[in-house]
Amino acid sequence: MVEKKLNNDFYIESPLPPKRTRMQEVRRLFGQNRLAILGLFIFILFFFCAVTGLFLTSGSRPVFDPAMVRLQEKLRPPLAKPNLDSLQPQEVPALGVYLMGTDDLGRDVFARMLQGAWVSLTVGFVAVGISVLIGIFMGGIAGYFGQHHIRTDQVLFTFALILGTGLVIANFTFIGTVFLLLCLAYIFYSLFARHGSTEKETPALKAMFHSNAVSIDTLIMRIVDIMLCFPSFFLILTVVALLPASIYNIMIVIGLTSWMGTTRFVRAEFLSLREQDFVAAAKALGLSNFRIIFRHIMPNAIAPVLVSATIGIASAILTEAGLSFLGFGVPPPHATWGNILSNGKNFIFDAPWLTFIPGIAILIVVLSFNLFGEGLRDVMNPKLRERH
Amino acid sequence: MLSFIGRSVVQKTITLFFVSIVSFLIIHLAPGSPSQVDPLNPKFTPEMVERFQKEFHLDKPLYVQYIYFYRDLFTGKTVSWKDNQSVLKKIWERFLNSLPLFVVGTLITWTLSFPVGIRSAIFRGGIYDRSATFISYVLISIPGFFFAYVLIILVVTYFHVPVIGMITFGIGDAPATYLFMDRIWHLLLPSMLGATGGIAVLSRYVRSQMLEVEGQDYIRTAKAKGLPPEQVHYKHALRNALLPFVTMFGLILPGLIGGSVIIESIFSWPGMGRMAYEAILARDYPVILTVNFVSAVLVLAGTFISDLLYLVVDPRIRL
Repeated sequence: MVEKKLNNDFYIESPLPPKRTRMQEVRRLFGQNRLAILGLFIFILFFFCAVTGLFLTSGSRPVFDPAMVRLQEKLRPPLAKPNLDSLQPQEVPALGVYLMGTDDLGRDVFARMLQGAWVSLTVGFVAVGISVLIGIFMGGIAGYFGQHHIRTDQVLFTFALILGTGLVIANFTFIGTVFLLLCLAYIFYSLFARHGSTEKETPALKAMFHSNAVSIDTLIMRIVDIMLCFPSFFLILTVVALLPASIYNIMIVIGLTSWMGTTRFVRAEFLSLREQDFVAAAKALGLSNFRIIFRHIMPNAIAPVLVSATIGIASAILTEAGLSFLGFGVPPPHATWGNILSNGKNFIFDAPWLTFIPGIAILIVVLSFNLFGEGLRDVMNPKLRERH
Repeated sequence: MLSFIGRSVVQKTITLFFVSIVSFLIIHLAPGSPSQVDPLNPKFTPEMVERFQKEFHLDKPLYVQYIYFYRDLFTGKTVSWKDNQSVLKKIWERFLNSLPLFVVGTLITWTLSFPVGIRSAIFRGGIYDRSATFISYVLISIPGFFFAYVLIILVVTYFHVPVIGMITFGIGDAPATYLFMDRIWHLLLPSMLGATGGIAVLSRYVRSQMLEVEGQDYIRTAKAKGLPPEQVHYKHALRNALLPFVTMFGLILPGLIGGSVIIESIFSWPGMGRMAYEAILARDYPVILTVNFVSAVLVLAGTFISDLLYLVVDPRIRL
């Protein structure tokens, strides 16, 4: 009797699975964080606004025309009815009311806000997309191949190549061509030498050229250090001011100046994951480095990248708004939230809606990204999971 | 210790060298050239463009220009292309204007974020903590220029004080106390705006540091001994939580020359940020490059100082 009960108590039929799967756990923790849910909700709403706004405000005969000038209807407050007597039929706003008022040229602020939403959205996503791609690439190389060394001859080769190309561009054709020919000779030499490298002892000169100069990890992290030395907003401002005004330049420049954080995260994750058993197993199975990096390590390293990308979108939107406020970026007839606010600043006492509507819109969107990102961080951080 | 100092000085010099090259290349390879700043100006004849290019070595190849520029910078002879004034002197004047903003802003940041962060940590999960968290997110997310206008509207409507510029124009020979208050009012808004982001970030950081320490065993021991809560929080916990903040003194150094472009433009504050902005608009390369170089030096010096402070403060770190 007693024996049977004991047996029952200690008898384990099969290993117990965890009570909840990982996704359920994430969903439960995320559900507790009301602010993060609010952030996600606003983000989805903003996304739909921006996409529908793109369709409603573009084309030859848009539903909401953001560029329609009605000088007789300027600086009307929000929810004002249009004065139908003084307007042509095609000038009447689509909803029959100026939902967010009009600006100093009588343009419908609602239509302009819709148009600007798409700019904010694309700037945020494309800029962060660029920075995440560069960050993953650089961080992945630094973390996974970091212990490899670059040989002195390779450094010299790269140096000669850059110098040669630069000299040719700068009209020193002769010296430049000499350098480029040297590079070409090096390529042929190394191709040839691979076939004939049977002799055991290498001559001293060759050994010197083949000595290790710098590890890949050091090289990439020094590049990160160099990039971190630039004051970022100032650098972005300089480059944007020197380049022709275009929204794509802004996206690219913001992306190219904000990848350092992602690189550091990804490198740190790769350094620890590289030593784990599942990577050793994958190597033992003979998988290629490419497959190990992208199928095995990357899914495990992506969490902090996602968090920093979400917060990065928020700061990219803020940066773009700041640039348009200063008058850089998208050329004038096109509306962005930053330049609506910048135009409205001359009327802050007469037409405060021109300041408050875009300002609050930027605030809410950026806030939603920040809240969502922080919620994501809490969910993915096992340390915080135990504490709360 | 000495080897650490030597190593990092060498490393930072190399970094600085590359920074100088990269910033030089970025500026000079961008489309357009400084001699084309004002092509419609009738006074800008081709002969003048040529003289201008000769004067500032613009007809030389890039690497020669690079060497000339940094030689001038280190001997202090760099002049602005726009008004032929010494760049270092210009920067120094503007720096003195930006300095009060920076000092007041930093003081506001550090005096506000510590009490807020500590209180949030002690009453974790309470209504105070949650609202402080939410407010700090709002402060991080609010665009500085929008917040500036909200504050201007508020202050101008309710307090009837002038806020734009450094002093009221034409204030002349007003009594000293009046002048003083005028300065304070003009200083308050821009420095508060400069501090908002800092307050939000620093108070969150203080909170997380305090939480980290409050979870330690020695805090439980102190509580178990029956010490009053104030003593536990402020004597045992806070002292240990302060450690990382000592090193942050080094990291605020770059802020000295940063000077927010947007805030200084809104308040017509003749500071560093505004000078840099004007230099960018005028393609005044020497000013842009010098500002860039000085701020890179400050960033590197800041990380160096914070590393050193870490060494001094934390006996667990040995190098």
